[in-house]
Amino acid sequence: MAASGRPKARRIATRALRYLLLTVLAVVVLFPLYMTIVNSLLRPSQIAARPPTFFPTHPVWGSYSDAWNAGHMGRYLVNSAIVTTIITVGQVATAILAGYAFAFLEFPLKRTLFLVFLATLMVPFEITIVTNISTINDLGWFNSYQGLAVPFLATGFGAFLMRQAFLQVPRDLQDAASLDGYGHWRFMSRVAVPLARPAVAALSVFAFLGAWNQYLWPLLVTKDEKYRTVQIGLKQLRATSIDQVNVTFAGVIIAALPLVILLLVFQKQLVRGLTAGAVKG
Amino acid sequence: MARVVFEHVTKRFGDVVAVRDLSLEAFDREFLVLLGPSGCGKSTALRMIAGLEDPSEGSIRIGDRVVDEVEPKDRNVAMVFQSYALYPHMSVRKNIEFPLRTRKVGKEEREKLASEAAHTLGLETLLDRKPAQLSGGQRQRVALARAIVRRPDAFLMDEPLSNLDAKLRVQTRAELVELQRRLEATVIYVTHDQVEAMTMGDRIAIMSDGVLQQIGPPQSVYEKPGNLFVARFIGTPAMNTVTGPVVPEGEGLAVAIASSRVPLPAPYAKAVGDAGLTGVVIGVRPEHLTLASEGLLPATVSVVESLGHERHVICRLEDGQMVIVRQQSSEPAPGEGSMVRLATDLHHLHLFDVHTEQRIEPA
Repeated sequence: MAASGRPKARRIATRALRYLLLTVLAVVVLFPLYMTIVNSLLRPSQIAARPPTFFPTHPVWGSYSDAWNAGHMGRYLVNSAIVTTIITVGQVATAILAGYAFAFLEFPLKRTLFLVFLATLMVPFEITIVTNISTINDLGWFNSYQGLAVPFLATGFGAFLMRQAFLQVPRDLQDAASLDGYGHWRFMSRVAVPLARPAVAALSVFAFLGAWNQYLWPLLVTKDEKYRTVQIGLKQLRATSIDQVNVTFAGVIIAALPLVILLLVFQKQLVRGLTAGAVKG
Repeated sequence: MARVVFEHVTKRFGDVVAVRDLSLEAFDREFLVLLGPSGCGKSTALRMIAGLEDPSEGSIRIGDRVVDEVEPKDRNVAMVFQSYALYPHMSVRKNIEFPLRTRKVGKEEREKLASEAAHTLGLETLLDRKPAQLSGGQRQRVALARAIVRRPDAFLMDEPLSNLDAKLRVQTRAELVELQRRLEATVIYVTHDQVEAMTMGDRIAIMSDGVLQQIGPPQSVYEKPGNLFVARFIGTPAMNTVTGPVVPEGEGLAVAIASSRVPLPAPYAKAVGDAGLTGVVIGVRPEHLTLASEGLLPATVSVVESLGHERHVICRLEDGQMVIVRQQSSEPAPGEGSMVRLATDLHHLHLFDVHTEQRIEPA
């Protein structure tokens, strides 16, 4: 008994240490979010006070309605939702098609083309801004949803992610499907994509996050209130309610809420998508 | 059901010739086994029947139809894969119905046919499960059900038992043969396992390096291997083969093995003499060798392996060549390291040309 007592004690200690570490990490990650919520419920004077307030004893819920009304958050959220949906659907669709081609089709220069796709991952967005702006200008797409969305409808990362996912689909399945009369299109939609669902979900979340959080591009290609997205709305809110910081904090929470909901719904797929292929089985 | 015919079929992948000038016919309702080591071209041959690969030369017929230009789906053949190739996201029922669904069979008819196929393979209770929830044997049966549900002209099976454990494999082997007899199906079955080939096939076609070596009923291939490759490939343990020069022995000829002489029976001696061969390979099956005090060849016992019902005595000849003797366990076992003499009835000898490796038939 004594012999088995020590390893048991050590096991408990190890586990306790692990939980402690995870707790610390969770606090580090969640604390800013918590403080944003707290600050959104305080008066501006309380926010400025030192030492800071960690618990709002008399929460001021009015800051949310102020943010919603003064910041036109409704309009901006709708714009963001439209643009984000177009970008997400577009990115997933092009990634599936390109990924499938790289995984299942044989064509000349396949390897080279794939390398070119990969190479685009190395090019920072900022470098492409000038060219993209001039293209959008030529097309007359300033102040339009297409101007906001079209430059982001295809990414090298998406094609890469989907290719890797499709490579995990056994070749025999394709052979079996072709004997049963499935061409590429039906094999892709009925077999390959359903099997690559974790990757599709992960890519959707990434695309959604990226599109939702865009700031620079929407700022550059929109002047009209009608097309501005929520991140720009936040910036404006901050400028207009400079003496009411709590309203800005409330705006931040409103802008982030759709993302949080999305992450909660898709977190399982997200993790599976990112670790797919890392472990056999 | 239908016959399947290869006519001078060659398949190249770049510079590599996977199948070379293959001419072969699987008869209607025949269980034909394509047997050979990995890389011998047997799977490529099967995939060409399915239309998953196109022949570089020659043509393939299924029934009376040349299918070279026919799409895989229109060839009316069903294939069972080594990996089973079940769709992981579909239930067993959907997997079985899949080939019917793509052929636009009505829902009622589809369900009826799928239920029949499931019944034939004893899968009724598993219809709502996903493949991941099944054992290897069950998955294999689902793959078979999916194949039979279409009533194809021919079944193509690519090592379908390889992923099963040894015990289940033996059981499934018999079930597959039963199924083939019941459905009166033409089956072309690819395997590298010669026991499967021997036990299942009406005929076996042995391939090596893309070339058909021999085709015939299992027993006749076993008894009269057409060349050295077949002789060594069929049978466990493999046929003993020893090489030696042909020397005169009295009136006739003999083969010199170290300091000993193995006299050739007159018809063989005549054939060897007529062909002017200077060296031959002698083959003897392990069960045709005995340990006898007046045997022809002296040898040293190096290892004795007991399998319970029989024993393999592994010996080295004087010149180091290895020979295996199969004994019944009731016979007295020799001690390891002991000197023995090997005897055989000379009509059990197989003779091969040392250069062409072809069988030498007695004149």
